[in-house]
Order: sequence, then C-alpha cells, then structure tokens
Amino acid sequence: MGSWLDETLTWGNTLIFALWGIILLVLVLGFVTYAIYFERKVIGWMQLRIGPNRVGPLGLLQTVADITKLLIKEDTIPRKADRVLFILAPALAYVPAFGVLAVIPYTNELYFADINVGLLYYVALSGITTIAIVLGGWASNNKYALLGGMRSAAQMISYEVPLVISVVGVIMVSGTMNLRSIGEQQGDWFWQWNFLPQIIGFVVFIIAAVSELNRTPFDLPEAESELVAGYHVEYSGFRFAFFMLTEYVYVYAIAALTTVLFLGGWHAPLAFLDFVPGIIWFLLKFAFIVFFLFWLRATMPRIRIDQLMGMGWKVLLPLAILNVFITAVYLELFIKG
Amino acid sequence: MIRTEELLLNVGPQHPSTHGVFRIIVKLDGEVIKEAIPVMGYLHRGTEKLAENLNYTQIIPYTDRMDYVSAMTSNYVLCHAVETLMGLEIPERADFMRLIVMELQRVASHLVWWGTYLLDIGAMSPFLYAFRDREIIIDLFNELCGARLTYNYMRVGGVKWDAPEGWIDKVREFIPYMETKLVEYDNLVSGNEIFLARIKNVGQYDAQTAIDYGLSGANLRCTGVDWDLRKVKPYSLYNRFEFDVPLGKRGDCFDRYLIRLEEIRQSLRILKQAVEQFPSSGDTMGKVPRVIRPPAGEVYVSIESPRGEIGCHIVSKGKAEPYRLKFRRPSFVNLQILPKLLVGETMTNLITILGGIDIVVGEVDC
Repeated sequence: MGSWLDETLTWGNTLIFALWGIILLVLVLGFVTYAIYFERKVIGWMQLRIGPNRVGPLGLLQTVADITKLLIKEDTIPRKADRVLFILAPALAYVPAFGVLAVIPYTNELYFADINVGLLYYVALSGITTIAIVLGGWASNNKYALLGGMRSAAQMISYEVPLVISVVGVIMVSGTMNLRSIGEQQGDWFWQWNFLPQIIGFVVFIIAAVSELNRTPFDLPEAESELVAGYHVEYSGFRFAFFMLTEYVYVYAIAALTTVLFLGGWHAPLAFLDFVPGIIWFLLKFAFIVFFLFWLRATMPRIRIDQLMGMGWKVLLPLAILNVFITAVYLELFIKG
Repeated sequence: MIRTEELLLNVGPQHPSTHGVFRIIVKLDGEVIKEAIPVMGYLHRGTEKLAENLNYTQIIPYTDRMDYVSAMTSNYVLCHAVETLMGLEIPERADFMRLIVMELQRVASHLVWWGTYLLDIGAMSPFLYAFRDREIIIDLFNELCGARLTYNYMRVGGVKWDAPEGWIDKVREFIPYMETKLVEYDNLVSGNEIFLARIKNVGQYDAQTAIDYGLSGANLRCTGVDWDLRKVKPYSLYNRFEFDVPLGKRGDCFDRYLIRLEEIRQSLRILKQAVEQFPSSGDTMGKVPRVIRPPAGEVYVSIESPRGEIGCHIVSKGKAEPYRLKFRRPSFVNLQILPKLLVGETMTNLITILGGIDIVVGEVDC
C-alpha cells in the first residue's frame, strides 16, 4: 500500500484513495455493529443474562435492527436549543473519530496513511471530539446535558495530558512518532514489546485511554444514574446514533493504537510463531483490548468527578512524567553511552 | 468579574436514581449543592385515610403496598398492633412462620438495596447478582402465599397459609447458599477501591444528629447507637434467638453499607436457629372472633423493618374499622436528614447519600 501513497495525485489515484477510505469506513461500521453486539453478549454472560438472541441467527442482526430503528425515528430538536450547534455537534464528534483511523497501521504493508507525526496527529485530532461533546451539551439547552458537557471538558483536560506524556516514553525509545515505525521496531518476542519496558507508561496510557473513551469507570459525562444520559440527553434518532458511533469508533481507535504502541502491533508474541500472518496477531491483540474494555464495564463502579480530576493531576501526570524521566536516564546510560 | 449564578436543577420525579417518583430540587453552584428541597407525595395514596373505612383484615393488603420491598414486616406491624390491642394469643407455629418470613424478607430487602445502591454508584453487574439471589426468596414466598411482592400473608391472630410440604427444608438449604454468595459479594464489591473512595466519609453525621432527626435502622446504627427493636423491645420470638446487632463508628455511607451486609448474615443466623426449632405441628391461626372488633383504646407498636422502626398507631372506638390509623414509616422519617446532608456535596454524592438512606417511595408517601 505504501507505494500508492507516494504516487502523484491524478484523478485515477484520487479515486483509489477515496475507494480505500470507503472500504475503511465500511470496515469500521462493521466493527461497530458487532462490537455493540459483542459488548451486549459479553456483559450479558457476565451478568447471568443471555444477551440479544432474537433478531437474526444468535441475535447477530440486533444492532442492525437498533440502528435502523434510530434512523427511521423522528428527528427532534428542542425548541429552545441552539439549532446550528445542535445539528453540528454529532457530525463534529464523528469526523475526527474517523479521521484518526487513517494513521493506524495494521501490518507493515497494510496502512492508510504513513505520517511522520502520526501519534501527534491522533492525539490532536481526537481532542476535537470533546469540543463536540461540550457543544452538544451546551446547545441542547438542558441542565443535565450541560453538566455532562462540562464534566467532559474537565475530564478531557485532566486526561489528555497524562495520555500524551505517557506515550512520550515510547516515542523516546522508538525515536519516531510514525506509528508504523513504532510498530515495526518492536521485536518478535513479547518481552521486546513496549508494554514491559514502558510498564508505567502502559498503565497510565490504559487508564487515561479508558477515560478518554468515556467508558466505565470513567463514564461521568453520561453517568446515567446521576445525569440521566449526560450530554446526549436531548439527542434522538440518527444524531444520537452518531454520538454512539463516535464512542465505538474510538474504542476501535484506542484498541488499535494500544496494540501498535505497546503490544507489538502485528508481531507474534513468540518468534517461532511468526508463520501466522501479522494481521491475525494484530486482530487478536485488538480483540483482547476491546474485550478488556467491556470486561471493565461489567465490573467497575463509577468514579466521582473530583476523584477523577485528582487522580488525573496528582497520580497519572506525575507517573507519566516519572516514566519519561526513567526512560531518558535509561537511554542516556545504556543505549547512547 | 464573571457573573455566576446558581443553577436550579430538578432531580426527579422521573430520574433513574431517585428509586421511584421522588423529587429533589437542588440549587447547584457548578456541581456543588447549595440547597436541596425534597418534594414528596407523587406516590401518595392515602392509605391511612382509606384504612378508616376498612375493617382490619381489609387493611392488610394496603400495608403490602407501603414498603413494597419488605411487605412482610408491614403486614406484621399492623397485625401485631391489632393483636396487642385485643390481647390475642398467637399459636407458636404461626409465630415461627411470621419470624421466618420476616427474616427472609429482611435478606431480600437488603439484597434489593445492595443491588440498586451499586447501580446508583455505576456498577451494573451486582444488581443482577443480587436479584438472582433475591429470586430464591421470592420463589419461597410465592410457594407460600402465591404472590411475589405483595404477599397479604399475615392475618390478625396468625398467618393465612401454613408452610407447604418441604418448604422449611428449602429455607434450610437457602441459608448456606446465601452465605457463600455473601462472600462472593464481598470479594467483588466491598474491597473495590473505586467503591470505597465513593462511599467512605460520604454523608457523615454523628449519633446526636441521628437521634435528633429521629433516624432508625441502619441509618442510626451506623453512628454507633445500639438500637435494634428486635433486641431493645423484643416482639415475636426474637428473644429466643441469638444474634448480634452490627454497629458502625463513622456514621458514613460505608458503615451503612457494611451494617446492611452484616444484617443479612445475622438474619441468616436467626433463620438457621428458627428452622431448627420450628414446631413440627400446630395451628397457624389463633382463636379470633369472626369480626375483629378491638376494644376502645389506643395502641402503638413498633418493630424493626429492614429500613428502621416501622410503627403502627391505632385509635379504636370499638368498631370493626379503626377510628384513626397512623403508620410511622422509617423511609419517611429517615429522609428528613437528606437536605442537611446534601448541602456542600456534589451532584454525584446526592445519589450516593440518597441511596445510602435506603428509601422506598411507596413507604415515604404511603
């Protein structure tokens, strides 16, 4: 794929690029459809329930039915809402969520964009979604939605910083921000992957990432037992669907990013297993992280907003900085010297 | 200077965590509560007034619908009041049946509380685990009286139905099962760091405040006041059994949580003794006149419901209907302290504190 990206921009090439974009979109929508199904099934089993099993064989079409229902629902906008922003917010939330997927490499050959500052691009773009959530909360002209939006803003500021700093260690070790290179540099044995040498960074990253995803135990912006539904309380139909879609696309993005940054990307965990194609290993690790996120949801209670902020600033940020420091000392003493 | 103003937020009556149609109007500064005004009455049915036109047996189904999570204790308090007024003797077997169902009900009620409280705090799974175990008790009650929630089981002078064949054995089997499940609950929840951070030192008050506000049940005992009516003013057969009254020290939501879990254990302990001593034969109804006409006079009895002291005050003029009937509902009385506790807390703690008080709106509004 890499060779195409370097070609000159002709009409034919543009068409091919657009086609790949559409393929990615379809893949992601397929993922979201079955991630929701998977989540409901997994949580159902953990909670002594069966989960969806009525629509289609084994309930496989449940999400399709749900989305169809959302799409044909009446589109309501509250009378006192700020119409323009209210309509803009779901789209603004979704576009960066899809945009960040461009830089994620699946194997050394299969990737959609090979950007030298790929990681920076990811972090910068994903921040925009929070603006959309605040916007949606504010434009709804609903007090619960506003509280949800404000919480989201506070949470983003507290967690984006440790998230970024936690990956600095990886960048220092790899010497690049290019996600494909970071993935490639990790070795063929699992102890050569970044998660062990960068264990502090990894833990901080996972916690901050769950928080970025607004998932349990950090699902404060939509805390259903306090804020009813938080920022999307006034949204219905396909606008609501877009917010949900955004959430699951980020699950996809974070799971893929974690795989590439810390879990060796497409490398086999043991070198002699490398006859299995890299994409399979990538998918396995990816699926495990998705499962881990759902597992968390079935287990954890929700943290409180002040504790969340305190943890972000007083625990995660110093830890992330400590990690940068340790990595720097390590590099200076053992690698450079 | 930025101009700031308070946000007036209406929580309920249609809010997922007010446990029914309960409403609180809160004034928020950011997320900090400046003032909280509870509004009740959305579930008011006028039980006490309706009772004035009903004979005593007809009132019993109405008591089911007060505290619908713990209908057996409400049943009992009314029957106990009438029996006290009339000086009726209850057959031993009936008393045992009453005690067993009341203790099972306490376990079931605390399980509902445990599950919904964790749901409030954001953990979904414990709710389903609690309901799995409550289901067994509900099935036992169903077998006994054909109802799963509003039992209408007790009568003045005894109980309506005797235990079916093998019922006592099922209760006996349930006790060790529940004990193992309690260990599971502790492993899953009681040590969870997030959970502890959420409820420790939240909604604290001291013993004097608790007494001043008339609190009872776990809300009172969490401050260390040893007041359990089963011990202090024994009714039914409670003085025959050995059990402890768990007490707290700090008076916060965590103590209330621990006390309720421990009360489940103690209830199981009582049940264990009760099924052993259960009389193998006997009547389940005492000698009661066909029409119940208590002599003119007044009576107040109170018992320990899962939520606290539930009392029944009857004023009789010697007729088949009470002249005046008044229930002291623990949910309603315990709720008084809510506005005081909420000031200065966050929105999130509102849910934690309200859940910790353990109200049933059917009983608050009656």
